[in-house]
Amino acid sequence: MLEGLLQGLNTALTLQNLLMVVAGCIIGTVIGMLPGLGPMSIIAIMIPIAIKIGDPSAALILLAGVYYGAIFGGSTSSILINAPGIAGTVATAFDGYPLARQGKAGKALTIAAISSFAGGTVGAVLLMGFAPALASVALLFHSAEYFALMVVGLSAISAFTGTGHVAKALMMTVLGVMLATVGESALFNAPRFTMGILDLQSGISFITLAMALFALPEALYLVLDPKRSNTGGAGDKITDLRISKAEAKKIAPVVGRQSIQGFLIGVMPGAGATLASFLGYAVERNIAKGEERAEFGKGSIKGLAAPETANNAACTGSFVPLLTLGIPGSGTTAILLGALIALNVTPGPRLMIDNPTIFWSVIISMYIGNVVLLILNLPLIPYIAKLLLVPRNYLIPFILFFTMMGSYIGQNNSTELLMLTGMGIVATIMRFAGFPLAPMLIGFILGQMLEDNFGRAMNLTDGISFMWERPMTMVLLILAIVLLFLPSIREQLAAWRRRGVAEGD
Amino acid sequence: MTLDRAIAGIFILLCLIYGYTAFVTMEANLLPFELNMVFLPNTMPKWLSILGVIVGLVVVIQSGPKANAEIDAGEIDYRNMRQYKLAQALFLLALMVTYALLLRPIGFLAATTGFLAGGSMILGERKYIVLIPIAVFTAFLIWYLVQEVLGIFLRPWPWFI
Repeated sequence: MLEGLLQGLNTALTLQNLLMVVAGCIIGTVIGMLPGLGPMSIIAIMIPIAIKIGDPSAALILLAGVYYGAIFGGSTSSILINAPGIAGTVATAFDGYPLARQGKAGKALTIAAISSFAGGTVGAVLLMGFAPALASVALLFHSAEYFALMVVGLSAISAFTGTGHVAKALMMTVLGVMLATVGESALFNAPRFTMGILDLQSGISFITLAMALFALPEALYLVLDPKRSNTGGAGDKITDLRISKAEAKKIAPVVGRQSIQGFLIGVMPGAGATLASFLGYAVERNIAKGEERAEFGKGSIKGLAAPETANNAACTGSFVPLLTLGIPGSGTTAILLGALIALNVTPGPRLMIDNPTIFWSVIISMYIGNVVLLILNLPLIPYIAKLLLVPRNYLIPFILFFTMMGSYIGQNNSTELLMLTGMGIVATIMRFAGFPLAPMLIGFILGQMLEDNFGRAMNLTDGISFMWERPMTMVLLILAIVLLFLPSIREQLAAWRRRGVAEGD
Repeated sequence: MTLDRAIAGIFILLCLIYGYTAFVTMEANLLPFELNMVFLPNTMPKWLSILGVIVGLVVVIQSGPKANAEIDAGEIDYRNMRQYKLAQALFLLALMVTYALLLRPIGFLAATTGFLAGGSMILGERKYIVLIPIAVFTAFLIWYLVQEVLGIFLRPWPWFI
């Protein structure tokens, strides 16, 4: 391993490859900030350039840099304008945006940058040490277990909402999964629930729904209630960049836990950064006690650090199946796989033996990429955060415009814009009534994967017997049910305890 | 009837329609060989519609006028919309629909300039000397970035050019 490591260092530390990392990080961050262009589309756009470079190590280093940059750029728009451009940063907006509204945008961005750095670096260390071993474990997960894992992810929604709203959150999740069934069906290529509308045949686009559920209602709230824009980013409060020692102490365990958990989730093919960030958020919220728990969703630094760490660790983790098995763990790594094949490299078990230079230089470039990202972004944060100081009369049309661009660029179809407006109005009304919108988006994202795996598992076992025949599936499903009822049980216990105290007096 | 109850009611109705499609319409359209298969396109929708109706009913039962008497500081009180700038919001939504409809015919540059300038004006901005150049500049910048740098086609000019 040491030999390989040195070989990797040798390759990655050439001037050309260092420039590739820097260029990749800058391009990724800048484009990733535009909602609608996630890492997947940016990498797809960069592939022709990467192929032109010719040298597979350099090309892969560039693409990996773009990947990290894009994830960080995506967090920036989530935090500043509540417009998560990619599924992996949706959870970042839960606490990042409230922090920005309290005038702590700079601090939020700093925490995001540091947690991303930590998650990515720990992920890279783990990748180096455990890649071959983990690859064989990941293969033990079959579709039945994936299905159960998705159900756990969905029932973790109970963590997103306070007590008493579990039913509402569950309703929104079901609605999200229902929306995911619109379009061509899983495992069959027949359209369903399209009401004869041709534009719905390919399903509702993720980005349109994400914009309609998060960015648009927020922009409308800003219009309806001008006082809201005063509370956030007003004056020169943005100078509050540093995180104090106490805060660092607070987020350190979160970062530690989430880099490992995120990495492990990322290793499993199909799970990826999205699931890692949601589960990371849910787990941390459930672990937190009392006041800290109440803070989640209202600007908790723990709630921001958890998904940020987890999604970067998972990004690194998703390279494990790609590099060792040739199985891409996410859409983005699937595109990377395409790029690798175009460069005449076949990832798989033999990659480490046949092309050790590529394998190790990619791993080394992950370290370098993370460091470069941190060095680049920390000094830029005050300027990025100043975005919030743009006067309201200009800021709101710009947010609306970027929201629309996000859903338009992907499909080049102006019907998307009408759908965006329509769904945005519905989402705003739901928000009036106190329905949480995040579970709906999570249901939508996981819905498709859920149905695919459910179908495959059913086909394999000729029915739903897999739910109790496979021990791991059963354990996961029971966990899902427990998660669902945990908040109400906790509430009940607290009520009894309170009553007990009152009677004692 | 409170708004959340009404929404849950509409949701139940939606689930019933969805369920009807899954249980009746889609079932009738199955091909003969599909009848022996375990997993079909309507398998999960069937489960979902049942789950949806149950959850919807729970929400209807749980949420009464008492359940949401108080509104969080950051939230909007929908029962008293008059204190908010409802007209501005509605005009902006109308502007978005107009943008969607005009984007193709009049081209990206004109539509975007119009949207950004119009949006600011709806919000009460009257400094035209600042407002119009900013709108024109942004429209050109975004068009340049997206089409020339990233290579995603956005038709810049109206249909007659």
